[in-house]
Amino acid sequence: MMSLELFSQYIFAGITYGIIYAIVAIGFNIIYNTTGIINFAQGEFVMLGGMAAISLNQFLPLPLAIVAAVLFTMLVGALIEIVFIRWLESPSVLRMIIITIGLSIIIREIALHVWGDTVRALPYFTGNVISSVTILGAAISPQVLWVLAVCSCIVVLLSLFFKFTPLGKEMQACASNRLAATLCGINAKNMVTFSFMLSAAIGAVAGCVVSPITSSQYDMGTGLAIKGFTVAVLGGLGNSMAAVAAGLLLGILEAFSVGVGFPLAFQDAISISILLIILFVRPHGLFGNKQAASLKEF
Amino acid sequence: MASRKLTSIALLVAVVVAVQVITQLTGTNYYLTQLTMTMYSCLLIVGLCLVMGYAGQISLGHAGFFAIGGYTSASLTTMNLLPAFENGSSCVTALNKMGLLVTRTSMFGEPLLTVHPWFACLLAIAITALIAFLIGIPVLKLKGHYLAMATLGFGIIIFRIVLAMEFFGEADGISDVPGFTLLPGLTVNGDMDNRVVNYYIAAAVLITGFILLLNLIDSRVGRALRGIHGAEDAADAMGIDTARYKLYTFVLSAVFAAVAGVLLTHYTGGISPSDAGVMKSVRYVAIVAIGGMASLWGALTMGGLLNFLSLRGLFGSYDDAVFGAILIIIMLFAPEGVLRLSIWSKIKPTKEAK
Repeated sequence: MMSLELFSQYIFAGITYGIIYAIVAIGFNIIYNTTGIINFAQGEFVMLGGMAAISLNQFLPLPLAIVAAVLFTMLVGALIEIVFIRWLESPSVLRMIIITIGLSIIIREIALHVWGDTVRALPYFTGNVISSVTILGAAISPQVLWVLAVCSCIVVLLSLFFKFTPLGKEMQACASNRLAATLCGINAKNMVTFSFMLSAAIGAVAGCVVSPITSSQYDMGTGLAIKGFTVAVLGGLGNSMAAVAAGLLLGILEAFSVGVGFPLAFQDAISISILLIILFVRPHGLFGNKQAASLKEF
Repeated sequence: MASRKLTSIALLVAVVVAVQVITQLTGTNYYLTQLTMTMYSCLLIVGLCLVMGYAGQISLGHAGFFAIGGYTSASLTTMNLLPAFENGSSCVTALNKMGLLVTRTSMFGEPLLTVHPWFACLLAIAITALIAFLIGIPVLKLKGHYLAMATLGFGIIIFRIVLAMEFFGEADGISDVPGFTLLPGLTVNGDMDNRVVNYYIAAAVLITGFILLLNLIDSRVGRALRGIHGAEDAADAMGIDTARYKLYTFVLSAVFAAVAGVLLTHYTGGISPSDAGVMKSVRYVAIVAIGGMASLWGALTMGGLLNFLSLRGLFGSYDDAVFGAILIIIMLFAPEGVLRLSIWSKIKPTKEAK
């Protein structure tokens, strides 16, 4: 029988990873909602944010370095949209899949040539590797609290943004009916650019806060993208609040699979198997609506 | 139509022979090694072209099928069954009685009892076909992003399995795979003095597979597939069993990948997890896209060219980046493939009948 300490230890580990997956999933959803595109380069935004912050931190204080890295990643997101996507007229899904896969390869290869293949990490925001806080008997690194706090803030701020700001409402309008939004005088193309920037920004923030715990490497994007996509589908594509629940679910499941002695090497296989099963059995997601999903084009 | 196809094939054979003769005359027959490897990759690529271009289904997991074929054959032909045989394992004894095992000596002169390459090869193909069939039933119901992610996920699972299991040599892969004697005198291996023979074996396998596909797309099945690609619902309404046709082409292309995996593994004498990697699958998709999706000839020529250049190390450490860039540029500016750009029709007055 598992002790309470061990139990809460696994729960916290699961929540930490889960919320990161949820952030990546929300990044997928933001772009999917405005364009109908799954951006296969989403994981690369997380990598870019972390790596850029590590490099900038060498001559900037940590908070400034993170802000600069997020701005840099937003710029990359905007450039990607403007150069590769904006001018295509109703491209097919297959074409968009291949283009975004190509982009993810290019970003990864550029990162490899700029930063090499060494594993790096940002310093802990407060304390260091060995400092810990005890919650419910579990020893938690303060960085875990940072991850939870920052990611929760992102989720709350995003939902406020979409509900209450004019820009957020305009993006929502584009998501639900692009033509109607255009007729109302909303510049749909700018909204798409903006959705790429927003998605890049939250990816980069996630990449920065998680870097002290998981380290950053040029090829971390693909794995994160797969998990993020799993979470997005698990929650129902396009639904960000459900993605948070699905993310926590997957994170905790992974943490406990390690806890019960499941080989670490197969950990990725768990989430991918879940992805495959959910795609086969319930493609509209755990919390999604079947009728609504059948109207969308995947 | 039939005579034109025949001329094209004859031309292809002539090119294959000419290349060999030229390398012989100029003393550059070291090119043949890379050309042989290229041709096995091309076998996989034309198979993938059938799925992507004709049935219209993306697969980001074909390196997985290649690996299943290659790893099955490699592990069976290198696994020493002698201890089990001496212990009197009934299973091994029965296999030996059926003549499915062979004895040979290892590099260090130790006696080995392993599975016969032919049996291993057929088993590898059967296993791949079975997995493709079982995976294909649910996967091919998906469309677009979901299909892409599901096949990508399948590829990653295969990659993880071969990387994590000791039986498959973990990160080192499997090496010292013996040659594969197809017929007496025809052995698939990497021996220097066997280069020309192997070149022609690869060419024969590739061209046979290619002719098979050419005939397939000109048949009732091919027209059904094109119907599915154009408008799946319409094809369904016309009475075409779309699910079955998609599944069969998927399994067929997986078999092509498995054959390529088996033969290339015996040729190079080993296989490693990178052969199952996602990047490999993406590269195959890239080549099919460059060739023009629904063009077997395009896939063949582009596959030959790009694989050869890549194997020659022309792209250096930018190998993956080059393929990524090609992928983006093609999809942005020439989604129909480079061979169908409008420039070509101006140069060449006769229009390609599709």
